[in-house]
Amino acid sequence: MARIELVDVGHSYSASASAPAGQSDALDWALLPMTMTWADGGAYALLGPSGCGKTTLLNIISGLIAPTRGQILLDGRDVTLLAPEHRNIAQVFQFPVVYDTMTVFDNLAFPLRNRQWRTPEVRTRVHEIAEILELLPDLGRRARGLSADAKQKISLGRGLVRPDVAAVLFDEPLTVIDPHLKWLLRRKLKQIHQQLRLSLIYVTHDQTEALTFADQIVLMTKGEVVQAGTAQELFEAPAHRFVGHFIGTPGMNFLDCEWRDGAARIAGTQIVTASGGIPPAGAKLLIGIRPEFVELHDHASANSVPARICAVRDLGASTMVQLQLGPAAVWAKLRNTRHVPELGPVFAHLPPVRCALYADERRVA
Amino acid sequence: MTTAKPVNQRAWWLVLPVLISVAFSALIPLMTVVNYSVQDILSPSQSVYVGMEWYKEVLRDSDLHSALVRQLLFSGAVLAVEIPLGVALALAMPAAGWRSSLVLVLLAMPLLVPWNVVGTIWQIFSRADIGLLGYTLTRFGVDYNYAQSSVAAWCTVLIMDVWHWTPLVALLAYAGLRAIPEAYYQAARIDGASRWAVFRYIQLPKLRGVLMIAVLLRFMDSFMIYTEPFVLTGGGPGTSTTFLSQYLTQKAVGQFDLGPAAAFSMVYFLIILLLCFVLYNYIKDVGTADRSSS
Repeated sequence: MARIELVDVGHSYSASASAPAGQSDALDWALLPMTMTWADGGAYALLGPSGCGKTTLLNIISGLIAPTRGQILLDGRDVTLLAPEHRNIAQVFQFPVVYDTMTVFDNLAFPLRNRQWRTPEVRTRVHEIAEILELLPDLGRRARGLSADAKQKISLGRGLVRPDVAAVLFDEPLTVIDPHLKWLLRRKLKQIHQQLRLSLIYVTHDQTEALTFADQIVLMTKGEVVQAGTAQELFEAPAHRFVGHFIGTPGMNFLDCEWRDGAARIAGTQIVTASGGIPPAGAKLLIGIRPEFVELHDHASANSVPARICAVRDLGASTMVQLQLGPAAVWAKLRNTRHVPELGPVFAHLPPVRCALYADERRVA
Repeated sequence: MTTAKPVNQRAWWLVLPVLISVAFSALIPLMTVVNYSVQDILSPSQSVYVGMEWYKEVLRDSDLHSALVRQLLFSGAVLAVEIPLGVALALAMPAAGWRSSLVLVLLAMPLLVPWNVVGTIWQIFSRADIGLLGYTLTRFGVDYNYAQSSVAAWCTVLIMDVWHWTPLVALLAYAGLRAIPEAYYQAARIDGASRWAVFRYIQLPKLRGVLMIAVLLRFMDSFMIYTEPFVLTGGGPGTSTTFLSQYLTQKAVGQFDLGPAAAFSMVYFLIILLLCFVLYNYIKDVGTADRSSS
């Protein structure tokens, strides 16, 4: 059990030593300084495009990388300078790491033997973990000949076998697994999470994987954590334009707007949004709305703007409608439509609770 | 339901160029040797079929036996020194940056020196009267003279070969080490593995492929060694550094016994083939045979 706290942790690969405070802005951050707490026993998905700093963050937590600045606390204990083998954190990598020449049993026993455990205890513990992972029949086999998913289970097992392990970090662990086995392995992970009450942090760039796996999703881009929350929060109230784009298919619509007479306006029409605050002057303003929430009406009303239907695609359960709204292309995803909308002029209604104002990419409160 | 694929064997024609070149480079010369090995060549126009006679003579030749034992000892010593030393060098080499380039170039230098030049270099370097090594050793009171002591001659030939060929093993091992994904080392750190365990369970198993190539190359090369000892010691003192090739050359070129020399060549060839086959199959299975779990 452990609560992981990151206090002002940042990392740059170009600066080996900690830079003086005044120069830190000049650094080429792989991970922007951030403060964050990972609750004990939580299942987190770390989501973001390739190269956004996910793996860096993971390696900092496990101790493979020493951060350029900041502190890492495990249950309040400062472990920033502790080597990875002395932290109670396990890590599973993208490609299964097994010790080829050893049997499955020896693989699982390896971390314990390195910690000078006695043979009978090693045996008991390895059997416990092998049972959870359904590896018992393979214990005597050589790890080399096993399939990728079995190998990945062994890498996971080497983490779980240490009884002090409080958190397991996964770095895209299902990349090399066959699709039909992915589902089984993911379910196994959830089961282990509940059974052993571990904290899990799961790096992926596959949003389905993230949404089905985790209670909390941490979304990163360009070395920065832009939002952390439940799948619903990320869907309904993206804190950043990137979240709107990244979560959902298709992503959130963003419409240019202007701020005049204390209200946001699209082409002169006043749009009431869920954002109550006043955006900073001079910021680039956008109104964001999910395609799922755009409504199409044949008459003008409050919060609606004239548009044109350019294309309609029937997806079975829903209908995708592409609208031309002034210069912008907007998607609307309609459910339970009796009739397919016809091409031509229409009014797009933007429900006030469903749209929000974004100033310089960030949601206005 | 299965549909029979139309059989098209015309692709075999594409193998023809290889077959032709192999025929000229290997098969035809080899058949010539086979031809000589069963005949007594009296003069260019006169020869007598003698069957297995030369083979019997060669296999009973005690000089050949001692040359073969010397050869096996030498090849064994070469492998025992060069493989561990090469791996150790590769482990100690810097992984990246200008230092690694520099070390690679320095290491590759002995490989660029022609065999007979290597022999000449060491011949002069080791001379007790003017050579740096020989003179220094003698000044420090070591009784070192490769022209008189067979131990000194052996050591000199072995050290010369180590100097010449360990870089090859090191380069192969270095390439093998660089190909190990970083995640293995990271996982080992998290598992709390010692430096020795990392070597034993990650680096060594991952190096098996390149080390197999290194062992085979070094074995075959050292088994066929000729030029360097010929230049360095001339096979002496006595016959203490006369290895198989040199003995063969003495027979074929020196005494012009073409029949026995051809039979000898065939035996020599079969020994190399057999040993390589055994080595290859042994190394291929090292560390893969199933052990029962404890």
